[in-house]
Amino acid sequence: MRRAAVLGTGQTHHRTRRTDVSMAGLCREAIDRALADAGLGWEQIDAVVLGKAPDLFEGVMMPELFLASSIGAAGKPLLRVHTAGSVGGATAIVATSLVRAGVHRRVLAVAFEKQSESNAMWALSIQPPFSAPITAGAGGYFAPHIRSYIKRSGAPDHIGALVAVKDRRNGALNPYAHLRQPEITRESVQASTMLWDPVRYDETCPSSDGACAVVIGDQRAAESSVGQVAWIRATSMRTEPTFYAGKDHVNPRAGATAAAALWAAAGIKDPLDEVDVAELYVPFSWFEPMWLENVGFVGQGQGWKLVESGETALGGALPINPSGGVLCSNPIGASGLLRFAEAAMQVMGRAGEHQVAGASTALGHAYGGGSQFFSMWVVGRNPQ
Amino acid sequence: MDTLSAPLTIAFDYTRSLGPVLGRFMAGLRERRVLGGRTSDGRVRVPPLEYDPDTHEPVTDFVEVSPTGTVLSWTWTDRLLEGQPLDRPFGWALIRLDGADTPLLHAVDAGTAEAMNTGMRVRIRWAASPVGHIRDIACFEPEPVGLPPLSHGRCDSGGSPTGTSDGDGGAAAAPPVTIMTTPIRLHYRHSTSVEESGYLRALAEGRITGRRCPVCRKVYVPPRVCPACGVATDEEVEVADRGTVTTFCVVNVPFAGQRLTPPYVVAQVLLDGADIPIPHLVLGVPAAEVRMGLRVTAVWRDRADWSTTPENIDHFEPSGEADAPYETFAEHL
Repeated sequence: MRRAAVLGTGQTHHRTRRTDVSMAGLCREAIDRALADAGLGWEQIDAVVLGKAPDLFEGVMMPELFLASSIGAAGKPLLRVHTAGSVGGATAIVATSLVRAGVHRRVLAVAFEKQSESNAMWALSIQPPFSAPITAGAGGYFAPHIRSYIKRSGAPDHIGALVAVKDRRNGALNPYAHLRQPEITRESVQASTMLWDPVRYDETCPSSDGACAVVIGDQRAAESSVGQVAWIRATSMRTEPTFYAGKDHVNPRAGATAAAALWAAAGIKDPLDEVDVAELYVPFSWFEPMWLENVGFVGQGQGWKLVESGETALGGALPINPSGGVLCSNPIGASGLLRFAEAAMQVMGRAGEHQVAGASTALGHAYGGGSQFFSMWVVGRNPQ
Repeated sequence: MDTLSAPLTIAFDYTRSLGPVLGRFMAGLRERRVLGGRTSDGRVRVPPLEYDPDTHEPVTDFVEVSPTGTVLSWTWTDRLLEGQPLDRPFGWALIRLDGADTPLLHAVDAGTAEAMNTGMRVRIRWAASPVGHIRDIACFEPEPVGLPPLSHGRCDSGGSPTGTSDGDGGAAAAPPVTIMTTPIRLHYRHSTSVEESGYLRALAEGRITGRRCPVCRKVYVPPRVCPACGVATDEEVEVADRGTVTTFCVVNVPFAGQRLTPPYVVAQVLLDGADIPIPHLVLGVPAAEVRMGLRVTAVWRDRADWSTTPENIDHFEPSGEADAPYETFAEHL
């Protein structure tokens, strides 16, 4: 298969409300930084892929229509991607596919969410007729499955707090992060309000305005790049129904099969040993141990032990979310692409204060819907 | 069998962050002035584009154009919809304001279709009290015949615009509008499937029914096409109105549109005879005492209040039976 690489990345300063910019301005802040990082001009971009989570979040049907000229798509192919919360990852993978298929030399992938224009909790709790009034946003959806994980794995109660402390402190090293809390402690997390028992306030992602962009190029583009690129060693996407009899919400089949395919395609036999850093989509802290197991870094029931050992912190054997992750910044449509971009930044050596020393192989991961869509990639300092 | 359907309205007052360009445009409207933006090709676009489609640079050259213009094309509508500018039949027209090179779409309050024509002259009818919102342009109205043109001349396409370049003065004095609220109301007719209608009608009789997948033999409540096998479920199965809490959460967080007062327990209840849990409330027990494996039974509302809704079951409460062993529901988590 043809090779492809990340040539540059860019993101916004993520905040609760970015009322200083429109949706177009938000996207451009990320795009302009990605182009500068790649050392490229607009004329070198052949196509644009835009990712966005549900339209109800901003109340704009098909935002790609009105954003086309602002995101540099005039006169070029423009595709819009939508796979709920995983859309940022899917957007990067669609762009990668266009390059690997030999259709385009350089493709711009951009994803955003301007949550301050609406209310995601409301948008995710619409009650259709003939149903009972019991939905309570994403937290209400995922909290029972976290409870199931705790029961199944025998994890002690404090694991969620450990992840929250780690990620929020990591976020303090990331100038773009929405929440930057260097003083947070396990005790303060455990003292925070219980929102959707067993999920506490400090174990929950914020609601953010933000965008992320990456430029993906083919081998020639990568080899002519001035800076270090992130070679895309493998991508993987899988889908499963939100609900079906026997669905495993703790260890979703689509996530496990996507990861197995990813490792095989990347030639990785022992992910825990061969991967240096991972950006996992963790909107509630307990999803770190759950996804560590689901993607196969450790066996079933072992994820919380890796967390407790401290090995997922910066300086550990497998730092998870050195950027602070979704727990620190959650512009939903962009959150997946941020995971992919942060993985690339690590192997490009451009992650700043949250750089993992010597990172040469990294995982970017995203999921969306009711654990329905999974997308991931492995990027490396070297093509193989 | 006819299927059940009911109206569904989704509504939210979205708060638009306008950014520097559209914020400037709205600030102009507040002063009953229309600002266009000049792009690198020399054209004045109304409303202004945020970024130049050719150079990709932010648009910064604002040009005031006239509140009068010419209809380039139009259609007539007498099928009125909620949220449109007028509550009586009107013309939807592409209107090029004098000084602009691009048309904008707006309503012309012409009374009858016969009063509309391509090339007709129209002018803005301003809202009574402009506030810096796109709705400050209430609509357009035919310009009385015989009036001399306003100070802004016509701009023929391709010609250089004759509008007043705003530069760093003029409307710059007005601070840009930061946020514009746009209420959006969507009205749906929500229709159920044949299978779901059967389930809802059974609920109206105090029964809970599911359907069995002919391939995997799993019983789905509510019934649906089997999501795992992709085939229609055919055999109707009545299940019990009691079951096991597989897992749950305690909702402590208030949010917009919420219909219950926190805290309350939302549980996944695996009804006896079903192979997939339904989400419902567990009340009648302190939240701290709800647990995985708790056996619960439905508390139905008064029979007189029953209709085709799962709300006929007000909630579930502990049945008093011993907890179900974990192994009996582990595969349903």
